[in-house]
Amino acid sequence: MMQAHSGQNASPLLAVRDVSVVFGGIVALNGISFDMKKGQILGLIGPNGAGKTTLFNCLSRLYQPSKGDILLEGDSILTRPPHRIAEIGIGRTFQNVALFPNLSVLDNVRVGAHSRTNSDIVSDSLRLPWVRNGEKAMNRRVEEILGYLELNDVAHTVVSGLPFGTQKRVELARALATEPKILLLDEPAGGLNHEEVYILGDLIRKIRDDRGITVLLVEHHMGLVMSIADHVVALNFGRKLAEGTPTEVQNDPDVIKAYLGSKDQ
Amino acid sequence: MSALQEIVDTQPIETTPKKYMALGNYASIVVVILLCVAPLIAKNFVIFQMTMVLIYAIAVLALNILTGGSGQFSLGQSAFYALGAYTSAILMEVGGVNYALTLPIAGGICFIAGYLFGLPALRLSGIYLALATFALATAMPQLLKLHYFEAWTGGVQGLVITKPDAPFGLPLSQDMWLYYFVLVVSMAIYVASVNLLKSRSGRAMMAIRDNEIAASAMGVDVALYKTLAFGVSAGITGVAGGLGAIAVQFVAPDSYTIQLAIALFLGMVVGGVGWLPGSIVGAAFIVFVPNIAEHFSKGLSGAVFGLILVLIIFLLPHGSRQIAYTVQGWVHKLRK
Ligand SMILES: Nc1ncnc2c1ncn2[C@@H]1O[C@H](COP(=O)(O)OP(=O)(O)O)[C@@H](O)[C@H]1O
Ligand SMILES: [Mg+2]
Repeated sequence: MMQAHSGQNASPLLAVRDVSVVFGGIVALNGISFDMKKGQILGLIGPNGAGKTTLFNCLSRLYQPSKGDILLEGDSILTRPPHRIAEIGIGRTFQNVALFPNLSVLDNVRVGAHSRTNSDIVSDSLRLPWVRNGEKAMNRRVEEILGYLELNDVAHTVVSGLPFGTQKRVELARALATEPKILLLDEPAGGLNHEEVYILGDLIRKIRDDRGITVLLVEHHMGLVMSIADHVVALNFGRKLAEGTPTEVQNDPDVIKAYLGSKDQ
Repeated sequence: MSALQEIVDTQPIETTPKKYMALGNYASIVVVILLCVAPLIAKNFVIFQMTMVLIYAIAVLALNILTGGSGQFSLGQSAFYALGAYTSAILMEVGGVNYALTLPIAGGICFIAGYLFGLPALRLSGIYLALATFALATAMPQLLKLHYFEAWTGGVQGLVITKPDAPFGLPLSQDMWLYYFVLVVSMAIYVASVNLLKSRSGRAMMAIRDNEIAASAMGVDVALYKTLAFGVSAGITGVAGGLGAIAVQFVAPDSYTIQLAIALFLGMVVGGVGWLPGSIVGAAFIVFVPNIAEHFSKGLSGAVFGLILVLIIFLLPHGSRQIAYTVQGWVHKLRK
């Protein structure tokens, strides 16, 4: 079941090649390489400060690696500006929820569809027929996503007033609206209780199975990663400690040492 | 916590949630009827003042799109208002162009000027952007006085403009005609602005206002929409400036100082940041309240004005939209 969706010999969907990031004197990432296959759920683990978010920010083009390359379906993404990343199929959520607080749930998710639609300010101001038709088609897709994530009841609520768990689901909905090939989830279980984490795990697997979306999951919650990931990469101090199946990584002596040595796990 | 996370966590400026941005259908009809009927029972000078309220309402609305919509501050709107006013004045008096035709030209020129100003302004945000626009506002009257341009601008003296008559032999006074003309233009601009803010482009601007990094990760070209917001805001302000020149029948550099920019900013705050219908309330405030203050005390009118302003901000921190919501609540209760 675990490898059901990853073609064993297919070329990787995403290839991280020898990526390094330096901030001032701090080496946040040091020569990281790994591949992601289509349909995989890849868990990225490591203690606080290991460099997981930094790697996400490289994939979103918010940080420029000082060395190495990142390839999506064989093409480097490092020449693209950050706003041209969604259109090639990389969608993400943020570690500390980063929604548009004054907008409704519906509008937050509609912004997610920005790169899948087009318009110009003149047509928009005049609400020309093709603009109206475009909005209608987009609204159908957005409503499907809201239904999928059971957000219909709060569709018209302004997000700043919603509970944290619901906000995280809105962020997931917004990321799905970008119609990603790869979904980057940065600590989606953070701040959730035990039962919510369990539901989230099922949901992530369902998203992969129903929609064929490849998932890169950063998570502190070891139980969640070990139960849903097909493949795990462990980082510590910006270096790759280990890579393999969840069981392999869990039993790796370096990984055990890193986690015992850090206070927060 | 990394620098990026801090950016992601910063609180955006408080504005009106999008679904409350416009008036409902009934309220809109009532307001339009009131605006159509009002001049029929008013004296000519009051009609002129009401025309100025509509014109400033357009300029406040333009600032609202910039600040309430895209989250960028401007204390330089008077510069675009002046550019629009001079464009209309020069085209009419030097070029002999029909007054109505000068407005889209004034809007277009100001759109380009605003867009170009928005490009370097991309590097600034918050109070630094306010300072840069402030510099623009202070420079404008001096630029208009330069004698290189005197052949067109009339230098320090400015230009006198002839007031248009009602067309097709309509039995309307010049003031009355101008009022209805301005009313039609302002309603068209209002409807287009509501459309814009409710569209994909408007959502992109509001997403930038609320969280730039997240907007960019969703595919929104932050630089493009920020400069577009500047362009649109300046373009609409330019149309207001053109209308203002026609209504006042005069343009001169010292009519367009930083004081005008500050007045428009006050109008936006009093009307309610991000609430487009509030623009007309804010405009009425900046046209009538200084007169009221003067009525109380000639020598201390500035202090009285300041006091009224402080009271309003203290009692109604969200401006006129707060009153509108309260009234809406009452109407709901009455219906039940
Ligand atoms: N923008 C930044 N500027 C300076 N240092 C940073 C920045 N972002 C991350 N770092 C540093 O890089 C290291 C890795 O951080 P991060 O990627 O957030 O770790 P993780 O997500 O694994 O907890 C940390 O030492 C952190 O302080
Ligand atoms: Mg992190």
